[in-house]
Amino acid sequence: MSAVMEGRADGPTLRQRLAARGIDGATLLVLPCVALILGLFIYPFLYGLMLSFEPKDGSLFGNYARFFSEPFLYGTIFKTLRLAFPVTLLNLLIAIPIAFRVRLLRRQRLLTTLLVLPITLGTVLVAEGMLFYFGPQGWFNRSLMAVGLLSTPVSVLNGYWGVFISLVLTGFPFTFLLTLSYVSGIDPSLENAAATLGAGPAARFREVFLPLLVPGLAITFCLSFVQAYSVLPSAVLVGDPANVTRVISIAAYQAAFEEYDYSMASAIAMIMGAVQLLVVVAVLGCRSLFYRGPAAGAKG
Amino acid sequence: MTVGSTTFKQLHLQGVRREFDAFTALKGLDLTVERGEFIALLGPSGCGKTTALNCIAGLLPVSGGRIMLDDRRVDVLRPEERGFGMVFQNYALFPHMTVRKNIGFGLRMRGVPKPELEKRVDAALAAVRLESQAQKLPGQLSGGQQQRVAIARAIVVEPPLVLMDEPLSNLDAKLRLEMRQEIRRIHQSLGSTTIYVTHDQEEALSLADRIVVLRDGAIRQVGTPAELYALPAHLDVADFMGFRNRVDGELVGMEGENALLDIEGTVIRGRMRTAPAGGAAAGKAAVAAIRPDDLEPTGTADGIPVRVEAVEYRGRGFHGVGVTASGTELHFASPHPLERGAAIRLGADAGRVLVFGDAR
Ligand SMILES: Nc1ncnc2c1ncn2[C@@H]1O[C@H](COP(=O)(O)OP(=O)(O)OP(=O)(O)O)[C@@H](O)[C@H]1O
Ligand SMILES: [Mg+2]
Repeated sequence: MSAVMEGRADGPTLRQRLAARGIDGATLLVLPCVALILGLFIYPFLYGLMLSFEPKDGSLFGNYARFFSEPFLYGTIFKTLRLAFPVTLLNLLIAIPIAFRVRLLRRQRLLTTLLVLPITLGTVLVAEGMLFYFGPQGWFNRSLMAVGLLSTPVSVLNGYWGVFISLVLTGFPFTFLLTLSYVSGIDPSLENAAATLGAGPAARFREVFLPLLVPGLAITFCLSFVQAYSVLPSAVLVGDPANVTRVISIAAYQAAFEEYDYSMASAIAMIMGAVQLLVVVAVLGCRSLFYRGPAAGAKG
Repeated sequence: MTVGSTTFKQLHLQGVRREFDAFTALKGLDLTVERGEFIALLGPSGCGKTTALNCIAGLLPVSGGRIMLDDRRVDVLRPEERGFGMVFQNYALFPHMTVRKNIGFGLRMRGVPKPELEKRVDAALAAVRLESQAQKLPGQLSGGQQQRVAIARAIVVEPPLVLMDEPLSNLDAKLRLEMRQEIRRIHQSLGSTTIYVTHDQEEALSLADRIVVLRDGAIRQVGTPAELYALPAHLDVADFMGFRNRVDGELVGMEGENALLDIEGTVIRGRMRTAPAGGAAAGKAAVAAIRPDDLEPTGTADGIPVRVEAVEYRGRGFHGVGVTASGTELHFASPHPLERGAAIRLGADAGRVLVFGDAR
């Protein structure tokens, strides 16, 4: 009994001190994840990074120098940005109003299930579907011609808009579901409070919802953007991979599997990662200007 | 221009109903509130108090009936068009705005110029004693402080009708008394009309001009605090007004105003409040309701015999619990201490005993 008392008098035990820093038994569960990340992400990344500094010509920065001197290569950065930025923005802009409507629905489960489907189908299947739908004999052209809006079939495919549409189709469900979860996380009584204080729908959105949503929307934007930026299958299948939709992953693919220059391919992959990182850091940096915390009106 | 920003003479609820699927939360409320009145809406948890406020504020559409300001119909208007102030039961403070911004929100929405806005926010902060917390976010405040921000935010716009949903429930006893006076003072200085939800009878009695007792979505009684305190019209209302003892008995006859009730062999006198179905004939079952403070040991051979079960010291006197022969617990007051297990008799003034004949 007295020993216990003395132990207490000495101050907190090692376990208590660790717990105070957030370290306890459950923390150990992180270890398998760390191992996985090290093995599947960090190691290949470092390997690729090293590889990118061993170009065929023997110089340290040869690959990077070549990439940024050839418009055919460095142009892919902007071609990809030209696709990924508007697509992500459009997805987000469509997702927000729909999420606001859906948040009030009772049968959300059915809708979310329907929306998860395109995600599970994957980009290749969607691109193939588009080939039929938008093809010269597809429903799109045939119905527009039947109504008289078109006289000859238009070619949506094999160009910028083909990839754009495919990215919207495959990216939207993901963007929407994330947005919906952020929107429904906002306590509806906040909207009620704003309304009784005289705020109309627009003011409620501007003053209450938007500031509370911005951090979540920023994350949604980043995740959707990264997804769109690494587009490959649809850029080839429904785009114009030699010209307008020669995205950066095509350049990497060609370097690796057509020129067999793995070092160059690694360098392109690094550049691609750097561009994504730059955008993500910029967006998340802006996020810190906003309130980040629980979006509820009461505590406890 | 909101309807509420113009003044009104009377607020009418006419058969206001509200249904949630198959469940009827409000079963047709009829009530007229005069301008400047302080109304307390009193009732047990789940009786529909919040629902009633939400319907008045426009946050829930009514399923039937009408809400009128004089002769203007307001139940069809959106909440921002009604312009009623509301203090939410869960505060609903904007988590991303400082206390100052929260309180200034309504004024900003009404386009009040900045210097005046600042002045009024300062006054509101002072009224709820939160001057030192103005720059904090709601998440950094205690529950009671949040509650006071919610009060300040609602009253700073000086709405003609203020709806408060248990605004003091989270405060300690001392602060609750202070805020109670402050709410009453603000109500009077603004000349506003207040509907104040509470389930604390003391709060209702001390604040309100009139009390509306709600039970299971229906109004049980409306009256001044004195009326309700002395003569509740219903056993439920009596329950709320502190008539803690309910004793089953059998009517034996009438003696003028008073009913004679046989309780386990002892006849006591009480004021007849509601007659049993089919008239107050002898032999009908009835319930006597007595406040513990009014029930005292008689010291004579009169009164209901009980065995003393427990006695507590209450400062000014003693609070006892006695058990009758049939096992009914009776709470009573005693000026002097009593032995546990002692056999005594309890009695009360006829004027302090209420007899209800229609209790189920
Ligand atoms: N959205 C809803 N759907 C279904 N039933 C509801 C809903 N809101 C309230 N109710 C029901 O309506 C009744 C009245 O609810 P209300 O919130 O008005 O109670 P209250 O008197 O404010 O209670 P408390 O004192 O606990 O706050 C309750 O029985 C509740 O279960
Ligand atoms: Mg309530």
